[in-house]
Amino acid sequence: MAAVLIGLALVAPFILYPVFVMEALCFALFACAFNLLIGYVGLLSFGHAAFFGSAAYVTAHAVKVWGLPPELGILAGAAAAALLGTVVGWLAIRRQGIYFAMITLALAQMVYFVALQARFTGGEDGIQAVPRGKLLGILDLSDTLTMYYFVLAVFLIGFAVIVRAVHSPFGQIIKAIRENEPRAVSLGYEADHCKLLAFILSAGLSGLAGSLKSLVFQLASLTDVQWTMSGEVVLMTLVGGLGTVLGPVVGAFFLTGMQHYLAQLGSWVTVVQGIIFVFCVLVFRRGIVGVIASYFTARRKPPGISPAATERPAEARTAAAPGAS
Amino acid sequence: MTPPSFTAPANRAPPRNEPKMLDWILLTVPPAPAMFAQLLVGLINGAFYAMLSLGLAVIFGLLNIINFAHGAQYMLGAFCAWFLLNALGLGYWPALILAPIIVGAAGIAIERLLLRHIYGLDHLYGLLLTFGLALIIEGVFRQQFGSSGQPYAIPPELQGGRNLGFMFLPNYRAWVIVASLVVCLATWFTIERTRLGAYLRAATENPVLVQAFGINVPRMITLTYGAGVALAALAGVMAAPIYQVSPLMGSNIIITVFAVVVIGGMGSILGAIVSGFALGLVEGLTKVFYPEASSTVIFVVMALVLLVKPAGFFGRAR
Repeated sequence: MAAVLIGLALVAPFILYPVFVMEALCFALFACAFNLLIGYVGLLSFGHAAFFGSAAYVTAHAVKVWGLPPELGILAGAAAAALLGTVVGWLAIRRQGIYFAMITLALAQMVYFVALQARFTGGEDGIQAVPRGKLLGILDLSDTLTMYYFVLAVFLIGFAVIVRAVHSPFGQIIKAIRENEPRAVSLGYEADHCKLLAFILSAGLSGLAGSLKSLVFQLASLTDVQWTMSGEVVLMTLVGGLGTVLGPVVGAFFLTGMQHYLAQLGSWVTVVQGIIFVFCVLVFRRGIVGVIASYFTARRKPPGISPAATERPAEARTAAAPGAS
Repeated sequence: MTPPSFTAPANRAPPRNEPKMLDWILLTVPPAPAMFAQLLVGLINGAFYAMLSLGLAVIFGLLNIINFAHGAQYMLGAFCAWFLLNALGLGYWPALILAPIIVGAAGIAIERLLLRHIYGLDHLYGLLLTFGLALIIEGVFRQQFGSSGQPYAIPPELQGGRNLGFMFLPNYRAWVIVASLVVCLATWFTIERTRLGAYLRAATENPVLVQAFGINVPRMITLTYGAGVALAALAGVMAAPIYQVSPLMGSNIIITVFAVVVIGGMGSILGAIVSGFALGLVEGLTKVFYPEASSTVIFVVMALVLLVKPAGFFGRAR
């Protein structure tokens, strides 16, 4: 299945509009990085745009003003995002659940105001006309097809890191923390360390996606750091399926495609996004990939075992009456 | 003395030539009228923070949902007043009563139709659902009105102002501060000192037991959500003459209010009120001394509070 998907990705620029696929791949990486937190650690960050956007700014600035080659610019962006993630994560993991979401949202809003006022970000204009440069001094990225395969390569590397992390012993520990934190602690795991590590990894990879996006569109702007962007990545992951490996990718392609089709409708896009949010939360909590996966597991398993018992996202763990927490 | 203006430019440290330490301190202290003006702005903002975080705390207490749509409902209150004026010719005072009732009724409909279905789930789904609602409401209004604001006049009874000697106090702003204090304290009194409030607090602790005593908890939840939303709409009507009535006014304020809630903690009603006003004042003071930081100062305070007292000043550790 992986081979089919990669084969599809290789021929995609000849079938679809390449810039669209590149955009979708950037958002897919962003959503996968976000999913690492919500899907496997059970932490809802409502401020991931801060990492995505600040990395975009750093890369754009490094490439345009300092004249760094694109590969170093991207690394600088991802490193800056990881650093920011260290600070934000260190503060935010002091609280849990709903407070965690509010803290990340508030800190991301602070990053937004800094981006609005700082001189190097260009305020309302953003950093425009960012040169794509030559990769390793050889490959000219201003060629759309070359850029596409570069984006695809970076996406696959980031995706592989996430899949590897999720299936490593570390991945097992964070899933244990998600299911029952006091128990994981009593078994001797340092829950806060693991959460912070996952947060930094997620922030760094979100930054990688943001850096890549700033090269693809040759632009870093306030849209990338605004809370609406944080909301979009939540929605992508929710639509695709929380806690599934491929869900965020599917969700990212779905929402990016939707935005392209509805672009001329203006603010109605926001309304449609809101409706999808409400719909997903009310009746479609497993997301596209989650529903497909549970269909297949239901067929493979002998009858009598509930498919929900195997790969279950963060839902319904606190199935208690309101107020009983 | 120069005539004190209300929107005093914040950055007015005079030019300094080789300042000594003491001179420097004296020079950076702004003239008193400007400082009082900014403190008044801070107090006004604080009044809205207090009213909104109060509503959030009341809703969270009983429903265990962070109402992300609170900002959108505040905006709805302001637009409701604007519609009442421009479509029906009803002025500020009727709007002050009608808008909260209308928006509160819409809130009750939302609770019955949507929120009711997710009470058994993880709290995060409540946040996501209300976030979706906020997007819908804001998107519709942005489609109709763009991002620009609609003016809403100060009611004639409250136009003008008085000179207090050390500063000029516009009547409408004085009214907002007094009215919001009254509303906040009335809410506090209802919850902490009346029989209805006792039921409410009991249901917050243990809804099953309260229901067993024959109290209709689901209806109480519905009415509580309606009341919280009405409070947001009331704040919106009061804000309409001060800020412009704009589709973006809700999302601008709600994130700051979230920070206020994190600082204060949602455990206590009085805590929400006190931290709302206090942080408004902090914001106002920052505008005097270091205006560049005024939009971020509340978030910095939040970060510091998280370091020192992770549960918030009035919160229970969770």
